[in-house]
Amino acid sequence: MKRRDVNGIIGFWILRLCVAMVFTVLIIILYDITSKGIGKISWQFFAAMPRNGMTEGGILPAIVGTILVTFITAVLAIPLGMGCAIYLNEYAGDTLITRIIRISIRNLSGVPSIVYGLFGVILFVQLMNLGTCILSAGLTLGLMTLPWTITASEEALKNVPNSYREGAMALGATKWQSIRTNVLPYAIPGMLTGTILGLSRAAGETAPILFTGAAFFLPHLPKSLFSQFMALPYHLYIMSTQHHAISKVRPIAYGTALVLIVLVFAMNLLAVIVRYRLRRIKME
Amino acid sequence: MKGLTRLLVISTALALLSTGVSLAADSMLQVKGSDTLINMVQKLAEEYMAKKPGASIAVTGGGSGTGIAGLVNKKCDIANASRGIKSSEVDDANKKGVDPKRVVVAIDALSIVVNTRNPLSQLTVEQIGKIYRGEVKNWNEIGGSDMAVSLYGRQSNSGTYDFMKENVMFGEYSPNLKSMNGNAQIIEAIKQDISGIGYVGVGYAKESAGIKVLEVAVKPGSKYYSPFNSIDVKSGRYPITRPLNQYLNGTPKGLARDFILFELSPTGQAIVEKEGFFAIPDEYQNYNNETLGRSGQIGESPMRPEDLLTNPGAG
Amino acid sequence: MTNRTKIKDAVIKNIFLLNGVLVVAVLIGIFVLLVMTSIPAFREIKLSQFLFSASWNPTANFVVPSYGILSMIVSTFMVSVGALIIAIPLGIGTAAYLSDVASQRVREIAKPIIEILAGIPSVVIGFLGIVLVGPFIARVFHLPNGLNALNGSILLAVMALPTIISLSEDALKSVPKSYQEASLALGATHWQTIMKVKLPAAISGIIAATMLGMGRAVGETMTVLMATGCSIAMPSSFLNSVQTMTATIAIELGEVPYNTTHYYALFGIGLVLFIITFIINMTADIVLRKYQRVLK
Repeated sequence: MKRRDVNGIIGFWILRLCVAMVFTVLIIILYDITSKGIGKISWQFFAAMPRNGMTEGGILPAIVGTILVTFITAVLAIPLGMGCAIYLNEYAGDTLITRIIRISIRNLSGVPSIVYGLFGVILFVQLMNLGTCILSAGLTLGLMTLPWTITASEEALKNVPNSYREGAMALGATKWQSIRTNVLPYAIPGMLTGTILGLSRAAGETAPILFTGAAFFLPHLPKSLFSQFMALPYHLYIMSTQHHAISKVRPIAYGTALVLIVLVFAMNLLAVIVRYRLRRIKME
Repeated sequence: MKGLTRLLVISTALALLSTGVSLAADSMLQVKGSDTLINMVQKLAEEYMAKKPGASIAVTGGGSGTGIAGLVNKKCDIANASRGIKSSEVDDANKKGVDPKRVVVAIDALSIVVNTRNPLSQLTVEQIGKIYRGEVKNWNEIGGSDMAVSLYGRQSNSGTYDFMKENVMFGEYSPNLKSMNGNAQIIEAIKQDISGIGYVGVGYAKESAGIKVLEVAVKPGSKYYSPFNSIDVKSGRYPITRPLNQYLNGTPKGLARDFILFELSPTGQAIVEKEGFFAIPDEYQNYNNETLGRSGQIGESPMRPEDLLTNPGAG
Repeated sequence: MTNRTKIKDAVIKNIFLLNGVLVVAVLIGIFVLLVMTSIPAFREIKLSQFLFSASWNPTANFVVPSYGILSMIVSTFMVSVGALIIAIPLGIGTAAYLSDVASQRVREIAKPIIEILAGIPSVVIGFLGIVLVGPFIARVFHLPNGLNALNGSILLAVMALPTIISLSEDALKSVPKSYQEASLALGATHWQTIMKVKLPAAISGIIAATMLGMGRAVGETMTVLMATGCSIAMPSSFLNSVQTMTATIAIELGEVPYNTTHYYALFGIGLVLFIITFIINMTADIVLRKYQRVLK
C-alpha cells in the first residue's frame, strides 16, 4: 500500500507556486505595458516627429535612431565576433593562453553595460574624436555585444562534430576549404541565433548610449552617422524621469515601452526561427 | 556565407558613403544644459524653426553643469544655465581655448513647494537653508505639524542645485536629500508626500495642482513675497530671484546669434512669460547688447546681472 | 593542392588570426583604459578614503570635496542581496519543477516564456518600477513614494530570475539519472529524491547560477537609476532611498568636464564595478566548469 507522501504533496505545490509566480510576473509586465500602451499605437505614432515639447506627435526619430545604432552594432559585432570565434575554435590550439582568452571573453559579457559606456566615452568620443554620434554609440554597443557573439558562435562551432572537418581534410581540402564547406554551413544558424539575441539586447540598452550620442530632443532625423540621435530606450527613460510634464506624457512613455518590447521580441522571434531552421538542416 | 559577406560589404559601403556626403551638411545648432530652461528654450526653438524653415536647433537637457561642460568640451553651441558659470569652469574653458560669453534670456523666481496639506505657507530664507542643510529635521521645529521633513532636490549636475547652495543654504546639502532628475519629478514627488519640500523654477510651479508654493521673506520680520508676483520678482523683493543664462563660445554669430536675437525680441519674451517665467528688464537688455556687440542702450549704462538683483541681506 | 590554394589558405588563416588578436586586444584594452583613466584620481584621493568613506560630495564648495563611495557600495550590495533573497527560492523552485515535475509540454511553453522575461530591456523594468511597483510599495508601507531599495530589489529579482532558472535547470538536468534511479529503488519518494539527492548533487551548478544572477544585479544601471530614489546617504533600511555605484556614474558622467578629479573618480567607480563583476563571473564560471567536469 502506498503511503501518502504528505511532504511531497506540500512540496510539489510549493514548486507549482514558484512557477506560477514567475509566470504571473511576466503576465503582469506584458499586460500593463500592452494595455496602457496600445492606446497610443497608430500609424501617426510611428511616422510622426514629436511636437509641442514632445507632449504630442510620434516617436519616429527614436525608432530610426535605434535601427541605425543597431545596424552599426551589427556591422561591428557580426564579422568580428564570428571571425574571432572561428579563429579560437578552428585555428588556435588548446593552449593555456587560448583557454585564458576564452574564459576572459566569457566573463566580459558579464561586465556592466555602464562600464562599456565609460569605455566608449574615452575611446570613441574622445580619443578617436568621433564625438557623440551614432557611430560612437553603435561601436560601443558593438563592443558590448562582441563577447556574447563570440561565446554563442563558439558554442555553435563546437557542436559541429570533428568528423565533418576530418572528412573534408581527408579528401584533400585545405583548412579553410574544410571550414567553409563542412563546418560553417552547420554552425551559421547557431552563430546567427546567438548574434541576433545579442543584437536584440543591444537595441534595448540605454547605459552605453547615455554619453556616447543619445539626445533628449532633435528637430529632425539624423543626417549622417556623425549626428546625434534619439533612441527608443533613452526616450522611455527621459519620458518617465526628465520630461517637464511627466504625467502628461505618461501615455507616450507607455507607447514607447510597447514599441520597444515588440521590437526586442521580434528580434528574439527571428533568432528562434533561425534556430528551428538549424534543426531542420541537421536532420537532412 | 558569400551572400552574407557581400551584403555586409555593400551596406557598410553605403553607410560610409552617406556619412561622407552629409558631413558638410550637419549644421545644427546644439543647445544643451539646464532642465529649468529646457521647456522654455524648446518652445522658443520650435517657434523659431517655424518662422525660419531650414534652421535646425536641437535642445537637450542634462543640467546646467552638463551644458557648461558641453560648451567647455566644444560639444555644444549654447549652454543653458540656471546659475552663473563658476570661476573654475571659466579657467577650464580658457585652458581649452573657449571664451564663455553670457546672455540673459529670462528671469526665474525659484519657488519653494510643499504639499497642499502642509499647514505652513511661509518661510524665511534662513529657515529654508536650515531645512536643506539638514539642521531642521521635523516640521514642528518651525511651526508646522509633527512630521519628519522629507527633502527633495535636484542632482549635482543641476544649476538649480548649485544656486540653492550658493544663495539660500550657504552650506552643503543634507545627505538625506532625495536627488530627483528634473523639476517635473520634484513636483510629482511633492504631490504624493505630505511631509515633502522641494524647489522648482517658477515656470513649473505655476500650473501644478496638488502643490502649494510658499511665500518667502528675506529675514524674520520682513515681508513675505510670492514668486508669482511679477513686480516683486522683477524688483528683487522676492529674495530668491535669478537670471536664466545662455553661455556661448565668443561673441554670438550666425544661427546662434539670430536665435538669441529672437529669444530677446518681444515675441520671444512673450513666449518666456507664457511658459511661466519673467521677461528680462531693461538693464539686462543693455547687458545683453554688450555681449552681442549691439549698440543702443536703454536707460543707464549696463550693469552686471549680479549687481542688478537686490542684495538678499538688504531686504 | 596548388600553390595558389596554399597561399590563399595561409592568407585567410592570418585574417582570422588578426581578427582574433584584434578582438582580444580591444577587450583587454577596456580594462587597461579604465585603469589608466582612474589612476589620476588617486593622485588626489587616498584609496582608503575612496573605498571606506561614506561621504560623496565632489561638487562641494563650502567644504573640501569628498570622494567616498562606501554608501554606494553598500547600496549596490543591499539591492543585489535583496534581489537574490527573492530570486533564489523562486528560481530554484521553478527550476526544480521544470526539470523534475513538469511534463514535456509545460517545459516547451516555459522555455520561451523565460527567454521573453530575460529579453525585457532594463529601462522597461525600471519604468515599471516607477509606475507599478513604486505606488504599490507606497500603499503597502504607507510611504510617500515607493522609490527605494526594496523596489530596486524586486525589479532586480525579476531580471536575475531567468539566469538563475535556466542555469539551475541545466544543473539539475545534468545530475546523472543513476542517482535518481538508485534513490527511488531504495524506497525514497519522488520529493525526497529531489530534495535530498538531486539538489545537493547539483548544488555547485546552482551556486554558479546564483552568482551569475548576482553579477547581473550588481551591474544593472537603468533599473536602479529609475527606481531607487537616488539619495546618497548611507541606507539604514530597505525602505530608504539609495544610490548604487552604477547610478552614480550614470547621473554624474554627463556633467563633469573631461579630465578633472571628479571625472577620474567616476572612472574609478567604473573600475571597481568592473573588478567586482569580473570576479563574481569568473568564480561562477570556474565553479560551473568544475561541476560539469565532475559529473562527467
